[in-house]
Amino acid sequence: MLARTADSLFWFARYMERADFVARIVHTTRRLASLPSRESSVANEWEAALSAAGALEAYQEAHEEVEANAAIEFLLFDTRNTSSIVSCIESGRINARAVRTALTIETWQTINAGWQEMKKVQAKHQARSLDTEELVAFLDLAMKIALDVDGSAYRTMLRNDAYWFSRLGLYVERADNTARILDVKYNILLPESESVGGSLDYFQWNAILRAVSAVTSYHWIYRDGVKPWLIADLLILRPEMPRSLLACYGEIVRFLDAISSAYGRQGAAQRRARQILGRLENTTMKDVFGAGLHEFLTDFIEDNNTIGGAIAEQYLLD
Amino acid sequence: MTQSAFFDEMTASGGDVRAVYARISRWLNASPPELLAARREQAELMFRRIGITFAVYGDKEATERLIPFDIIPRVLSRTEWNRLEKGLVQRVKALNAFLADLYGKGEILKAGVVPSDIIYRNPAFRPEMAGRPVPHDIYVHIAGIDIVRVDADDFYVLEDNARTPSGVSYMLENREVMMRLLPDLFASCGVAPVENYPEHLRASLRSVAPLRAGGDPTIVVLTPGQFNSAYYEHSFLADKLGVELVEGRDLLVRDGFVYMRTTQGPKRVDVIYRRLDDDYLDPLAFRPDSTLGVPGLMGAYQAGNVTLANAVGTGVADDKAVYTYMPEIIRFYTGEEPLLKNVPTWRCREADALKYVLEHLPDLVVKEVNGSGGYGMLVGPHATRAEIETFGKKLAADPSNFIAQPTLSLSTCPTSFSGGVGPRHVDLRPFVLSGADGVRVVPGGLTRVALKEGSLVVNSSQGGGTKDTWVVDDPQLA
Repeated sequence: MLARTADSLFWFARYMERADFVARIVHTTRRLASLPSRESSVANEWEAALSAAGALEAYQEAHEEVEANAAIEFLLFDTRNTSSIVSCIESGRINARAVRTALTIETWQTINAGWQEMKKVQAKHQARSLDTEELVAFLDLAMKIALDVDGSAYRTMLRNDAYWFSRLGLYVERADNTARILDVKYNILLPESESVGGSLDYFQWNAILRAVSAVTSYHWIYRDGVKPWLIADLLILRPEMPRSLLACYGEIVRFLDAISSAYGRQGAAQRRARQILGRLENTTMKDVFGAGLHEFLTDFIEDNNTIGGAIAEQYLLD
Repeated sequence: MTQSAFFDEMTASGGDVRAVYARISRWLNASPPELLAARREQAELMFRRIGITFAVYGDKEATERLIPFDIIPRVLSRTEWNRLEKGLVQRVKALNAFLADLYGKGEILKAGVVPSDIIYRNPAFRPEMAGRPVPHDIYVHIAGIDIVRVDADDFYVLEDNARTPSGVSYMLENREVMMRLLPDLFASCGVAPVENYPEHLRASLRSVAPLRAGGDPTIVVLTPGQFNSAYYEHSFLADKLGVELVEGRDLLVRDGFVYMRTTQGPKRVDVIYRRLDDDYLDPLAFRPDSTLGVPGLMGAYQAGNVTLANAVGTGVADDKAVYTYMPEIIRFYTGEEPLLKNVPTWRCREADALKYVLEHLPDLVVKEVNGSGGYGMLVGPHATRAEIETFGKKLAADPSNFIAQPTLSLSTCPTSFSGGVGPRHVDLRPFVLSGADGVRVVPGGLTRVALKEGSLVVNSSQGGGTKDTWVVDDPQLA
């Protein structure tokens, strides 16, 4: 397949995954920010949201201070923010359009129809600011588009390199997102040995679970109240949790192996991905907290970036 | 007898429905306006979802506009079609023979049938092609011949498109949508299928591959990219052909061969169905500022290591000045009388013709020899006095750059719009494929319709729409 096609498929899936993640972050941050609490925390919550979405720097270039409405605008509609929901859906569609022949008709029509819906909301928003209900509906729409695109790809695409490259994009992005949301909250994700805070932290923990749609999963797995160290365990080391770092790397290794066996040779991307997976499989939460959660996540985010780079180098650039 | 100056394909402008339209007429009479409106909306939704869009240059707001689709089909009888088909095959064979001659021995110029200066001074003539034969002497693998009808018997060729004619995806998608929207009407009419067009296209492209490519040549479609107005069509065709859709940056030339960059390294390419104009193909050979092309492509092509379809330099044959000589060109190469007529044309390069044209501007259509898309032309009867005066000066300053034709009484077909159903002017672009094994035309083509009442401009870039074209068997007519 054309290297450019593989590149577009990879980024198409990444952007759709990111649109979903940004929508989830905004959803949960709105919940948190609406809790009766100290005034100052509202700005903190939005700063954390921008940071988790990888958009804090860009925001600070455009705005003096962090404020709820401006942050929402920036995360949803601002085209200067390459990770805003409209930017993600727009970029996702441009990439899909560039490789229409590599997508099934169903998948193309799903993204195209979703994009048209998105454009309608965008036009409405440009005419007059959306009210809260409409904003929430827009977040739901973004998540639905990502879900539909993912589902149609899963249901209709041939299991060949086109599918594998798109899945790689999805899981590399997802691993990054999970690590980021954990990292902006690392200060409240304490090991079992330390005393835990009050009810405010409880809402914070719940918000993390909500952001990765894992509230129910948590209760199914642990059959316990929400404990910060278990949240970290769930999102880092649990293989059955589809957004955990371990699960993402299981998939990344699986799809890279599929590509290397179809092409009859492997390279740095495969070796590096297996290393990261091995490290996740052979670690415990005790080790993670021992080395420092923040340090662990920072290292992981960097490793994950190198995988993206290795895939690009090996397949997408020539 | 006639109620209007135009031939209506359904009513023959006399009130009696022509047999070939009997079923359409009955269906129209039985369909209340709301039903037609509902079908129209459904069709639009389908097109939008599939993403069949068309970019209009210079129109920033509407970068992705739909070409309006009319749900009332345009109908031709099998007998009418057979006549057209024979004429099309004859004409395209002559076009290919003409190009092989121009880039070969130049017999037709030596014989004085076509003046040399309109060939050699034509910017579309490519000296790089002289003395370099192409596989099977086929230059125009895909031709779009624009045809208009003026009465029950007469069809005229309005223009030959021998470069990168577009529109075939609309022919195919219009058919898909019609079959889904109006399955009963469709089934009752016995419509000749068009969906084997991609098969024929693939066969034609395979047949002209370089010999050393062996039995299974690698074919690609080359597009300028997704912001080109016809990008949808490029991706559609690549998909139907089952081949890669490449951009210039996906190709590279090494040691005289063309390769595409794949996830498994470079892969050799044998046939390029290119939808990129000559000028942009290779920055080393043509426009140096082109970022859409492939450096070195022309070298690989001249070495015979890759086939381009259409060939480089076909533009010299679909020029409007050359068009006026098509009847002579057909006679010269086939020894037959042309089966399809040319529109009578004044060559403004000739003094008598220029005089006549300047005196009759309000009655004539004057076109630039190298213009396309309906731009840069004067439609006399629809122009203001000032427009005519300005155009007259332009014409007098550079007469050889223009031709003039009478305003044709383009036929009309019933067309649905928000206020009801009424006659609108149409033309027809059939697509003609040439391969080593012969010339093929799928029955029908793209019918373009001028949606504005009374308008004669059918170009999609100027608000024209399209219709599905049905070739129906004569026995079904009763």
